[in-house]
This record gives sequence, structure tokens and C-alpha cells, in this order.
Amino acid sequence: MKYEPVIGLEIHAQLRTRTKIFCGCSTAYGAAPNTHVCPVCLGMPGALPVLNRQAVDYAIRAATALGCEVQPVSVFARKNYFYPDLPKGYQISQYEQPLALGGGLDVVGGDTPHVGLTRIHMEEDAGKSLHEGFVDSSRRTYVDYNRGGVPLIEIVTEPDMRSGAGAAAFFSQLRDILVWLDVNDGNMEEGSLRCDANVSVRPVGQQRFGTKAEVKNVNSFRYVQKAIEYEIDRQIELLENGGTVVQETRLWDSATGRTMSMRSKEEAHDYRYFPEPDLPPLVVSDERVAAVRATMPELPEARRRRFVASYGLPDYDAGVLTQSVGLADYFEQVAATAGNVKAASNWVMGEVLRTLNDRGNTIEDVPLAPDALAGLIGLVDKGTISSSTAKDVFARMYDSGRSADDIVATDGLAQIGDESALLSIVRQVLESHGDAVAQYRAGKTATFGFLVGQVMKASKGKGNPKLINGILRRELDGAA
Amino acid sequence: MLDSSARTIRDDIAAGNVSAVDVCRTFLERIDAVNPSLNAFNLVAADRALARAAEIDRQRAHGVSAGPLMGVPVAVKDNLCVRGMRTTASSRILERFVPPYDATAVERIEAAGAVIVGKTSCDEFAMGSSNENSAYGPVCNPWALDRAPGGSSGGSAAAVAARCAPLALGSDTGGSIRQPAAFCGVVGLKPTYGRVSRYGLLAFASSLDQIGPICGTVSDAALALGVLAGPDPADATSSPRPVPDFTAALTGDITGLRIGVPRAFVAEGVDDRVRSAFDEALDTLRRAGARLVDIELPHAKYAIPVYYLVATAEASSNLARYDGVRYGHRTADDGRLELQDMYRRTRDEGFGAEVKRRIMLGTYVLSAGYYDAFYLKAQQVRTLLRQDYDAVFEKTDVVAMPTTPTPPFRLGEKTDDPLQMYLADVFTVSANLVGLPAISVPCGFATETDGAAPQRLPVGLQLTGRLFDEATLLNAADAYERLTDWHVQRPG
Ligand SMILES: [Zn+2]
Repeated sequence: MKYEPVIGLEIHAQLRTRTKIFCGCSTAYGAAPNTHVCPVCLGMPGALPVLNRQAVDYAIRAATALGCEVQPVSVFARKNYFYPDLPKGYQISQYEQPLALGGGLDVVGGDTPHVGLTRIHMEEDAGKSLHEGFVDSSRRTYVDYNRGGVPLIEIVTEPDMRSGAGAAAFFSQLRDILVWLDVNDGNMEEGSLRCDANVSVRPVGQQRFGTKAEVKNVNSFRYVQKAIEYEIDRQIELLENGGTVVQETRLWDSATGRTMSMRSKEEAHDYRYFPEPDLPPLVVSDERVAAVRATMPELPEARRRRFVASYGLPDYDAGVLTQSVGLADYFEQVAATAGNVKAASNWVMGEVLRTLNDRGNTIEDVPLAPDALAGLIGLVDKGTISSSTAKDVFARMYDSGRSADDIVATDGLAQIGDESALLSIVRQVLESHGDAVAQYRAGKTATFGFLVGQVMKASKGKGNPKLINGILRRELDGAA
Repeated sequence: MLDSSARTIRDDIAAGNVSAVDVCRTFLERIDAVNPSLNAFNLVAADRALARAAEIDRQRAHGVSAGPLMGVPVAVKDNLCVRGMRTTASSRILERFVPPYDATAVERIEAAGAVIVGKTSCDEFAMGSSNENSAYGPVCNPWALDRAPGGSSGGSAAAVAARCAPLALGSDTGGSIRQPAAFCGVVGLKPTYGRVSRYGLLAFASSLDQIGPICGTVSDAALALGVLAGPDPADATSSPRPVPDFTAALTGDITGLRIGVPRAFVAEGVDDRVRSAFDEALDTLRRAGARLVDIELPHAKYAIPVYYLVATAEASSNLARYDGVRYGHRTADDGRLELQDMYRRTRDEGFGAEVKRRIMLGTYVLSAGYYDAFYLKAQQVRTLLRQDYDAVFEKTDVVAMPTTPTPPFRLGEKTDDPLQMYLADVFTVSANLVGLPAISVPCGFATETDGAAPQRLPVGLQLTGRLFDEATLLNAADAYERLTDWHVQRPG
């Protein structure tokens, strides 16, 4: 029998607020344990939560960008369970009335062209249990509450994906958008973006869904794909051998490349959700949604289409230039100042990206202001320097922070545009390469390129190539 | 001085007739004298109080303007956090807990010049109506030491009745300020939900809890409410409404005031002596110019079950934080105890029987499969009750009821029968479910002659007002107080 996998994802994304969702503590990652804590996020007696408005705006931003309907009224609820990293014995989340409903994402590449979203809700992150790394770790667990209370959105998809690769493609594109929107830093290693996958299989043609397993802890694109593929194979094999899939939570172990049962449906928590009495319902007006929308960066897909339409860039170039808000902004500023879109695009996609990669830098670190790069492009356009010299100038600008004009003038890199000066260089070259001249005249015209190279070399790369070509051709052909 | 109101003490200190230190010392001596027989205090903070009082005297000497509670000794219920002062909620689980922060209510009274003399006993986590559910022993009623002072703010009410302080803070979730105030013959005010910040109040039921004053006179209640009330950025449920001048509202004039009386609701199960005190109080109000209006509260009879569903549900969640992980009691642990066993033992050792009963009830109420039938249904009835009161307040200004169906009962009399105990709140829980402000004022005595010596047992009149209309409520209570002398009578 042929089986069809059915996959839905639940993605937790930390919002990039400076302070936690219900108190004023810092959200900065990497501080000494239990230094970003207060009575509220430690669940001390009598402490009360107060909602961070910025977190709500970030959540609205993500919801709007993903086409969700932001609900005029949403309600925080308590999710009750005991665990040492959960200070209050409940997590403040949203349950029956989430912040946003619906929405979806068109996925470029992958095998699922569109993934629908069920909902986006807001909640607080838990602390972190440290089971290892202490001398008494065999007997004790330590808890760091710095992460407790960091704002999260949980994005729940429809069961629209059909393969591990499709799920990974969606997750990757969702990450790019969240990072593009500046609501999440996209850092899966530090846990600021996390993914759980709901996986089931059913015979092809069957409408009803199969029994699903929830796979936790798949925190990279590669693991999303591998864990889902493993789980699909496991379930199909189980069914083909006459077994049944049980509803359970399974944990992905990247070391062994397998999923392992964590708890069954019977062992599942009864979270006893009820509306959080310490927080009034969250009311979001249309005006607030509009205000958030107004501050939102143009989405990557829209920007890509605009680059093609208004700059006449090829699809590929537009795609590369809209990898990040920073890169796209940089390109547009260079193009506007230089007045030469194609050159701006070539420079940004070529030398700029290559140098950034070589140095391990990002566009935010680039030491060349867009104006400076535009100045360099202007020198090439005016014929002051050749494009090969320009690359050298670019490298010097990158390292020194000096302007192109300054480098060209001080280092004497301007092209030799004077015909008589070039003519004497050409004649010297022809004189010292009599054999090559003879070969050329004998019909071996490929030698011409060699002679151009020799002239360039003799001019220390400063000769204007167009002029050199003309003079050389005239000297060789005219004397024949 | 012990019989003086908070207002008089404040004025005397401000005028230089007496020093804050002398006032403080006088009340501390009184506490020393009577607390051994009452057990009203979990902690007496004598040194801190005297230092505070000395500071206030110094400020006065330097001409620093006086706060509205300048030098007034205040007893604080032990479920309110005072920075650096042990705060136990009368529970073993917080036996040694010292909060590093103040409750907003505490911060405000101290900023107004109050001198905190100590922490008063209560039912554990404010769960109870007799103050017998304290890990540190029951409190005795100053009027009859073998009787309950009421609860859960029993220590605060007993302390004020016994003149250990002119003013105390309590908290009221289902009657926990008003019922002990009635039992101890003092005034107790539960403000509108949201009027006073709950920050730093150890939560029992978050949608019902409200902090308020217990004191000797309605005028002192108005004074204290003025200090406590107002929005607090640390409590998202505190109301942004402006706070009126409650003292200015006390005109003594209630001509034309419409007082609703739910005759059918108060007909059943009310002690005859309570009923006659209540009828007499209504008569007094009528003679003062108020109009009595018969009203119906058709859903009030469901208030007790609704209350015990909502309150226990919220409590089961609110008390989950007492898990032995970060603070408070943790069971003896050699490092080999499994996590679940650590939780189980810690909470078994730390919580008393009534708290455990309510956690179990509340957990059940919220459980999958029961939520709709219990929690959701209770919230629906709560809405109906709110509609009852909306209708009533269209034709009345305040509602009058006895505060409690009986005079104070004997210690131990109801401890074996939680349902009987829960019925002690029958007239008080509605105000919490709807969020309304309500006050209990002394309205007479029931004479008990079945013991060796006859006992005079206080009876309370409860008035309930519109949301955020404490001004009208306090004016009605004050007008009644001016016409009677129940509130000036004190136990021996
Ligand atoms: Zn905090």
C-alpha cells in the first residue's frame, strides 16, 4: 500500500523585546544564571503580571505579515503543570481565544506551495533546567530563570505539508520572514526559534487523518527534515507490519537520528486551562493593527517583485538582493546615489557579498557606506579607473575606510587616457616582442590578446583598455 | 488613647500633643498584654515599629508635611508582603518566608505615615471563616474567648476589637474582612474589585480578592480607603478610575437614600437575634430618612456553590507556586528523592487540611471533562448574579443584609463540617462574585446564655454599594453609625 504523510508544525519564536512579557527584566541571552529575574518572573508570592505592549506589537507584526486575522479581543489563559523551570506552576498562554487566526505562507521551492496557519498566540517562555555540568549533577538539577518570561509567539500550521523536505522549506522561509520583520533573531542554537512537528501517515486516497505523533526538539532545518522522515518511515513500517500508531509525544535525538517515545496519550498532562484572572482580556483596535502595519518593513516577496518591475533586474538578482532587509536597503541606497542600477546590483551581489562572506561579516558590519560605493561606481562610469582597478580600490576602501577618490588620487591609480603616452608604451612592447608581432602578421590573430596583456602590464594596469585596443590594432594592421 | 480613632491619633501627633513613639509604645504594650490570650498576631515587629515612629517624630520636628496616617499604628494581615518582614499566610509552607518587596497597599500606608506594628493571623492562605485554619493556632474572639473571631482576617479584626491597633489591613475573597469585622464588633470594608492594588497580596482567588481596612469607625475606613485606593501599574486589574474624597462624602445625610432589602433571601437560616438586630438597624435607617425598598436577588441562593467553584479553581492554580523549588518549605531531601515525591511531600507537609481540600476541589473543577459543567457553569451563574445586582441598583442605592446568619460560633464547633462552615459566608460572597463594594458595621449584640456566664456577641449590618460607589456606601454606613453607639462598645 502507498502511504501519504501529513505534517503540521508548531513553531515557538521568541520576540525581540528588550524586556520580558510580564515584567521589566532583560531578555538578553547569555547572562550569568538567575541575574535577569524579579519577583514577577520568579513567581514569588503576591507578584502579578503586567503585559508588555511591545511584545503585543511584535506579535501583531508577525501575524499581519503572515496574513492572519488579528482578533479584536484575545484572552490569556493559565496552562497548569508542575515543573521546576515553570516558576508559578502554570504558564501564561492563550488558549480558546488566541491573538490571531488563519493566514498562511506561499512557499518557494519545496513540495507544498502553500502552508495554511491555524493560529498565532502569545505566551511566556519557561526557565531552563540544567541537568549537566555541575559536580553534583548526578543528584541535582539546577534551574536558570533568565529565560523564564521571555515573550514567545506560537505559530501553529494546518496539516498541509507532505514531506520532511516540504516542512523544512516552509520552516526556513518562515524563519527568514520573522528575521526580516525583526521580531525574532532566528537563532535556533540559542533556542530563540524552536519547532515541534505533528506527523501522521494515511493510505493514499483516504480522507481521514491517521493517528499522529508529536515530535519535539527538532531545532534545525536539517533535523526538521530528518526527524520527520524518520518518523514517517517508522509509522509506515509499523502499519505495514500490522501494527498501529499510538498517539504520543516523541523526542528527536539528533545523536542517534531517531525519535523516542516521551509520553503516551494516557500520560499526557491535563493542563486545566482557564482564563488568567490577573490579566484583563487583550483588546487590539483596528487602529493599532494599522499603526503596526505602517512601521513594518516591505515583505521580501513584495520587495523582490518591485526590484524586478522598477529596476528591471533579473529574477535571480532580485532574489539575492532581498535576502535581508539590510542588504536590500544597502543596494537601494547605492543604486539611488550611483544612478546605475545594474552596476549597483553587480557590485552588491559580487564584491560586497563575497567580501562579507570571506570576513564572516554581515551587511550590518560593512564599513563602506552606500555613498562610498556609489562614488567608486561613478569613477568607473567616468572612465577614471578600469573595472579591474576598481576591485582593487574596493578592497582598499573596505580595509581602510578611505574614499575611492582619495585612494585613486593618492595611490596614482587613474587610467592613462592620454593617447601619446599609450602609443609610446605600445611601440616599446611591439619592439620587444618581435616574434609575437610576426606570428600575428602571419595570421595567428590570437596573439593580439597576448599583446594587449603586455601593454596593460607595461602600463601597470592603468591603461584604458579601449584606447589600448585601438592603438595596438592601428599599429599592427597599419604597418602591414 | 487605646480607644481613639486613627484620625484622632493622627491629629494628636500632627498637633504635637503626643509623639508617634509614645503612641506606638502604648499600642505595643497593649499587644503584649492581650495577645497571649488572643493569638491575633503571627509576628509583632516592635523594634521596626518604634524606629519608624521615631523617624516620623523626627520628620515632624523638621516640619515635613504629615501623611494622612501619620504615626497611626496599623496591623497587617499576614498574607500581605512587607519587605524584610516574615510573611507566612499562616501556612507552614511559608514558615520562614521573608519577601524582598512590599505589597502596594503596604507601601501606600507606610508612605502615608502608618507604623506597622505586626502581622496578624488569618486562616491559611485566607481560606476559612473562623481563623481556625492557621498553622500557628486559632485566634480567640475578644468578646468571648471560646468563640471564633471569624475569618479569614480574624487576627486583624480581633486586634482592632482588642485595641491592639486602631486600624488593620485585611483581605476579602468571600467575606474575609466583613465576617470577622461583624464577629468582633468592628467596621470592615471590602472595596470594589480593582479599587485597591492586589500586588503583594498572596493570591487566594485572583478574580475575587480585594484588600481593605478593618477599624473602629466608618470615618477611619474612609480615611484608610483614600490612602489604599488608586491605580497601580503593577496590577493590571487595578482600576484607572479617579479616587474621590471619601471623607468629604460623609455628610451624615441619607434623606431619600434608597436601601434595598432582599427579604426572601435573608428569611432563611438566620438566627433570631441577628434578625431582630437587622430589623432594628433597618428601622434606624428609615427613621433617618432612608427609603426601604423590597428587592429580589433570584440567583443569590446559588452564590455559595458558585463561589466555592470559582474560588477553589483559581486557588488550585495560585497555590501551585508553593512547590519547594525556589522558596518556602521543602521536604528533607538527600538528593535521591524523585521530583514528583519532592513535590508531594513538600506540599503534604506544608499545607493544612482545608487548603488541601480546596486545591483538590479546584483541580477537579478545572479538569478535562468537568470544566464545562463546573467552572464554566459557575461563571455563567456569576453573570446572572451580576445582572440581578444591575437590576437592583436601578431602583436602589445600597443593599442591606445581615453580614452573617449567626453570631460568632464556638471554636471547634464547625471544624468537622466544612459545608456548615461555608454557609457562614452566605451573605458576603455575592459582593466578591460581582465585584461590588460592601461594608460591615456593628449593629447590636446577641446575648448567649447557654454557657457558664452570659456572653455579649457582636452582630454586623452589611451594606453593599454600586461598583466604585464607595462614597455612597460609606456615607450610608457613617450615617447609621452616628445614630447608634454599637461601634464604641469594646470587649472587656
Ligand atoms: Zn522579571
